[in-house]
Amino acid sequence: MGKDNTILEISHLHKAYGDHVVLDDVSLTVQQGEVVVIIGPSGCGKSTLLRCINALEDIQGGQILLEGNEVRQDSKLISQMRQKIGMVFQSYDLFPHKTVLDNITLAPVKVQKRPKSEAEEEALELLQRVGLEERKDDYPRQLSGGQKQRVAIVRALCMHPEILLLDEITAALDPEMVREVLDVVLSLARAGRTMLIVTHEMSFARAIADRVLFLENGGIVEESTDPEAFFRQPSTERAAQFLHTFDYEKPVKESREAKGTDRMELAEEP
Amino acid sequence: MRSYLPLYRDALLLTLRIGWQGVLLALILGIVCAAILQMRVPVLRTIVVIYVELFRNTPLLVQLFFLYFALPKIGIRMTPEMCGTLGLGLIGGAYMSETFRSGLDSIAPIQEESAVSLGMSRSQAFRYVILPQAVSSSVPGLVANVIFLLKETSVFSTISLMDLMFTAKDLIGMYAKTLECLTLLVIFYLIMLLPVSILGSVLERRMRYAEFGD
Amino acid sequence: MQSLGIDVLFKGINFQRLLGGLWVALRISLISVAISIVLGIIMGLLMVNGNKAVKAVCRVWLEIVRIMPQMVLLFVVYFGTTRVFGWNIPAEESAIIVFSFWGTAEMGDLVRGALISIPKIQYESAMALGMPTGTMYRYVILPQTIRRMIPLSINLITRMIKTTSLVMMIGIVEVLKVAQQIIEANRRTSPNAAFGVFGAVFLMYFCICWPISRLAAALEKRWSDEDPDSRRHGRKKDRKSSKKKTAGTLQTKAVS
Repeated sequence: MGKDNTILEISHLHKAYGDHVVLDDVSLTVQQGEVVVIIGPSGCGKSTLLRCINALEDIQGGQILLEGNEVRQDSKLISQMRQKIGMVFQSYDLFPHKTVLDNITLAPVKVQKRPKSEAEEEALELLQRVGLEERKDDYPRQLSGGQKQRVAIVRALCMHPEILLLDEITAALDPEMVREVLDVVLSLARAGRTMLIVTHEMSFARAIADRVLFLENGGIVEESTDPEAFFRQPSTERAAQFLHTFDYEKPVKESREAKGTDRMELAEEP
Repeated sequence: MRSYLPLYRDALLLTLRIGWQGVLLALILGIVCAAILQMRVPVLRTIVVIYVELFRNTPLLVQLFFLYFALPKIGIRMTPEMCGTLGLGLIGGAYMSETFRSGLDSIAPIQEESAVSLGMSRSQAFRYVILPQAVSSSVPGLVANVIFLLKETSVFSTISLMDLMFTAKDLIGMYAKTLECLTLLVIFYLIMLLPVSILGSVLERRMRYAEFGD
Repeated sequence: MQSLGIDVLFKGINFQRLLGGLWVALRISLISVAISIVLGIIMGLLMVNGNKAVKAVCRVWLEIVRIMPQMVLLFVVYFGTTRVFGWNIPAEESAIIVFSFWGTAEMGDLVRGALISIPKIQYESAMALGMPTGTMYRYVILPQTIRRMIPLSINLITRMIKTTSLVMMIGIVEVLKVAQQIIEANRRTSPNAAFGVFGAVFLMYFCICWPISRLAAALEKRWSDEDPDSRRHGRKKDRKSSKKKTAGTLQTKAVS
């Protein structure tokens, strides 16, 4: 492992709620500039993994190193560590009582003690890049879901994070808004941003990933540095089954007594 | 009837003064208690829970009797006005703390998480993200509490404070002008409470329109 | 302890007298609560379904009750009616009239709030399943309304009980008045009786109101946990859509 390039190093991570094991012996290394996409069925622990990396959850075993420093909930440096980790959540988590601009500059000004004018300048520049500069004085409630998520991304970027964690950021969006958000993420990838992305958008994952992790039942089942190959023909049966749930077959009309509804119920909506 | 007006006016001013002080005390107590509950301060938290339950589940009149007639027996003496203020503040504090607490409860946990994931400390997240939202979602409850407390001042006459009730009762007893005295009583309570009520609903409406949430 | 008047509490029939006084207060509040619930449900239905005039009257009624201290209402009914109409309403009946007048308005508002809090989608999906109006109310709307209403109504009972302490002001001998009498009677032998006796009254009220409040809180918690609308971790998107639909309830009802 090229130590100098490693940003994030997770080793033997174990996370459980009481008896219920969510993550079991998960190890993962992320290099500078790498885009790692995590996919897997609901409840496989992928969101929990991101939350652990940001110390929003306590962990029961293993270690998470960010640039060689341990990320722990009780660490005195946790605030500094979190500043290096940008995170965007599934539900719109903008602060509803602040305008778009204030949402973005709150942490840079209060946490990093940067001058307000400088933070605002940067915020405006970033907003412009995601096409929202004219919405700077709006409140979150005046924005669409897609716009909110773009602001949330900008808010994370404005802290100059080393790595960005995106937790199903399009899962709560109407389909027509997914594109505008993912385009922003794609442009970040082009700019060489290090990202760890949890998503259900398979074609997006295929396009953006340098590396794909397939997570199931709290463990990494398959890992591939060739996303094209992975999505075409995964090497594990489980990953193949999972990817298959995103394909639909033309229904063959069956006789009445056959249970025609079963297939519908089994298919998971993307 | 006109000759009674100054008496009622003085009584109103007294009620307002104690009411205002009591509400202020209640607000401070309420915020402190809600903060203690929110931050789960050991020991203090238990004390706050007991205090809130005790004062929410007993009538102000009984509390006042206890403060005014019982406490002097263990050496704690207060003027009627101090008693009134303290009584109002104590019962109000219990109600306010509940209101603030449910205001805090109404803020989704993701708000704190996203603040913290931006590198804010817990106290920064509380100050800049949680508290402003909690306060605005508490407004309807706070207004209701203020009106409740001002109405509750009507029991002050029992600890010989010359408030509106006291004045009315006194005049009825002395001159038997029941109708006039009662009319003035109602009018003066309207003078005191109607503006608060109207102001409250205006404030509430504004808060609702400015509701930040999606 | 003698100096603090605990002994006075248990001297002779003092404690029974206090309990008797407490019962007077409780009796007044229970009767008022019963009347309030019945009239309040009617008022709530009128506030939702009634015509404009009825709604306006209910509104004014509610505002009066919200603004006027119960003590003022007590005085008006007890002293005022005698004077103006020549009716001589006894103190206890006056108290019941005032508390029912107050309770009915509060109850009516609770019923109204519960009725309009049911999301429109509930009416729509019941109708989409082909339910007739009666069936829809019986199996879909009312069970939800009642769940939302019961905890708040129970709270109204404790408020009623607490407010009945005011009736001593119109000369009803309830627990506080009895307490004063006991303290007065023992003034010489036990000058500090006020502490023990008023302390006891304080605790008596607490012992009655606290369990009722806990019950209301427990019911509220249990029922709101089952209610997906109030799940705090639920997807915002879902909550938003249900919130939006709430506003349309009135029209649906008018149509149905």
